[in-house]
Amino acid sequence: MPRFQGVDYYNLNELLGQEEKLARDAVRAFVEENVLPIIEKHYRAGTFPMDLVPKMAELGLFGPTLPAKYGCAEMNNVSYGLLMQELERGDSGVRSFASVQSGLVMYPIYAFGSEEHKERWLPLLASGKAVGCFGLTEPDYGSNPGGMITRAERKDGGFVLNGAKMWITNGTLADVAVVWAKLDGEIRGFLVEKGSKGFTAPEMHGKHSLRASVTSELVFQDCWIPESNLLPTSGGLKSPLMCLSQARYGIAWGAVGSAMACYDAALNYAKSRIQFGKPIAAFQLTQEKLVHMLSEITKAQLMCLQLGRLKDQNKAKFTQISLAKRNNVYHALEIARMAREILGANGILDEYPVMRHANNLESVKTYEGTHEMHTLIVGEDITGIAAFE
Amino acid sequence: MKLIVCINHVPDTTAKINIGNDAKSIDRTGVTYIINPYDEFAVEECLRWKEKHSGEVVAVSLGGDTHKETLRKALAMGADKAVLLKDDAPRDSYSVARALADFIKKQSPDAVFFGKQSIDSDDAAVGLMVAEMLGWPSASVAVKIELTGDHATATCEIEGGHETIALKLPAVFTAQKGLNEPRYPSLKGIMTSKNKPIEEESPAPPQNKSEVVAMKRPAAKNAGKIVGTDVSAVPELVRLLHEEAKVI
Ligand SMILES: Cc1cc2nc3c(=O)[nH]c(=O)nc-3n(C[C@H](O)[C@H](O)[C@H](O)COP(=O)(O)OP(=O)(O)OC[C@H]3O[C@@H](n4cnc5c(N)ncnc54)[C@H](O)[C@@H]3O)c2cc1C
Ligand SMILES: Cc1cc2nc3c(=O)[nH]c(=O)nc-3n(C[C@H](O)[C@H](O)[C@H](O)COP(=O)(O)OP(=O)(O)OC[C@H]3O[C@@H](n4cnc5c(N)ncnc54)[C@H](O)[C@@H]3O)c2cc1C
Repeated sequence: MPRFQGVDYYNLNELLGQEEKLARDAVRAFVEENVLPIIEKHYRAGTFPMDLVPKMAELGLFGPTLPAKYGCAEMNNVSYGLLMQELERGDSGVRSFASVQSGLVMYPIYAFGSEEHKERWLPLLASGKAVGCFGLTEPDYGSNPGGMITRAERKDGGFVLNGAKMWITNGTLADVAVVWAKLDGEIRGFLVEKGSKGFTAPEMHGKHSLRASVTSELVFQDCWIPESNLLPTSGGLKSPLMCLSQARYGIAWGAVGSAMACYDAALNYAKSRIQFGKPIAAFQLTQEKLVHMLSEITKAQLMCLQLGRLKDQNKAKFTQISLAKRNNVYHALEIARMAREILGANGILDEYPVMRHANNLESVKTYEGTHEMHTLIVGEDITGIAAFE
Repeated sequence: MKLIVCINHVPDTTAKINIGNDAKSIDRTGVTYIINPYDEFAVEECLRWKEKHSGEVVAVSLGGDTHKETLRKALAMGADKAVLLKDDAPRDSYSVARALADFIKKQSPDAVFFGKQSIDSDDAAVGLMVAEMLGWPSASVAVKIELTGDHATATCEIEGGHETIALKLPAVFTAQKGLNEPRYPSLKGIMTSKNKPIEEESPAPPQNKSEVVAMKRPAAKNAGKIVGTDVSAVPELVRLLHEEAKVI
């Protein structure tokens, strides 16, 4: 197989700055050499490749947009997007790890934490010496996190947490959990460290999707944490939603990576697979699929790039992020399924990446706000009428 | 210590190459350029020497503005400074080597590194020409280099084996795959490299000593022939190799 060259039908490369291209190419090479050779093995075993963590940290993949004084690269949002795209070209689980660490753990500590929180945690998380997770979803509150049951009460100069979170990426691996709970009726963010009394994080099993990623429950039974573990400026549902905006932005790019991997696999396969005496790429039905894939990838790329440029000017609206997450994941999944079709029976084998991407994207379509919820968020924005309440 | 690494900006190994309208050069449209892969080993070796013995790494490239992209990559990997010897003319190995040697002489470094060859024209000549022009010892196609004081011991690939060479600095080394494992430019490295300057100089290379007269694609290969898939095919294979291919 020739080295992956990216999919760039509109020469969007020309719109990227030097550091954006260097960052993309470094991660592309990293994925080619470190992720692709081992990922199927981990996917099959249902394990996250922990040995990638120090290497990802060395590259600077954790919190890459945060300030240099905390050990981060201080890159722009377009670069961040390109990193997510390349990671997800490898596997959505690997991208999820980086998304959670960066957008859902380092970001809230940076945005809502005290200077002490930042100085203690950000360098540890950036260097991969600590892993974090983000606990918002509960067994009975997914799309409607505002209804959460988990509660914090003041006690003995600190807080006591009670409740349970579910579907938490990296939960079992995490040294620190950013946990959202109601304090006096208001949603606040708390840092809960691994090993805190009354806190357990059992791994969830039985997933057919995102298998190279750890998903866990977080259980709090009279879990006491010191007062200083409250993220001081967090307040209301808006705080976790701000984190989700960061992560969803990365997902919009990540989905393009999955789609590129599937398109690339399908195109190569179609050119070499002979049926009826011709490569299947010679049949009109196959060409229509390939062109549809390329067309959707190109549109998604344009969407991401402009969204990133807006975000770099602080002008991206969360509804615009919703539209990109919704569109790009939807089409990435469609592209993965089409690639699977083009590969015929081979498409179901783990010798090719397409079935893994297709399965992963089922989760990606649901987490960080389901496809439907993003539809309703944009729907409310354009009509002024909320349809989800 | 001062280390100079000479790097080239070349068409990507996977690029599909077409011959230009002048039938003397390649058509550059749509071709992605990368740092010459052997030069990455040279950059990495310099960075490791620097990390161990401290000092400065200067990356230099002769060519047009597009070479800055490759110089940026060397800076992002960790080189301290980059110099573009700006020159848009087509050059042969001799005139490139002369311009580089003139530059290097002014800098008086402790060692100079090259890739063993550039994958564009594959001459494998520039590094060794520079060493000769400077009158410095050289070790080419190196897979291991050890440094003690100002003495280096290099293990180099030769036909069918390895050769160990002892040489005194200043010296020239050309890097082979296996010398080290080049690092990825880290994101922090990429960001700090933005503040590192790329200096431009106007070299005065001499006339080329050779000229490209014509460039042609190799003749298309005829389809191979499968004479069979088991031992029964051996007699026919022997006959064809003997009578048609005339190789046995
Ligand atoms: C692999 C994986 C990892 C995850 N990681 C994390 C994590 O790290 N942290 C975290 O907090 N959460 C995480 N999640 C949880 C994820 O964010 C939720 O699954 C998601 O928000 C959807 O919630 P739910 O699964 O409870 O579905 P529900 O909210 O029960 O939704 C079920 C269906 O109903 C639809 N629906 C719901 N409400 C409406 C409405 N008003 N109108 C129309 N349709 C509606 C939804 O779109 C969906 O199709 C993860 C999930 C997965 C699968
Ligand atoms: C789990 C599993 C179990 C199976 N069990 C059996 C079994 O028990 N017995 C058995 O005999 N087989 C079995 N099969 C094989 C199955 O029938 C074939 O996979 C199927 O016929 C498709 O062939 P293929 O995989 O070689 O794909 P290909 O024929 O290579 O097709 C690849 C793609 O090209 C398209 N294509 C091919 N030709 C054209 C054309 N002319 N115009 C447009 N598009 C075209 C196809 O639609 C497909 O999208 C099994 C397959 C699987 C996955």
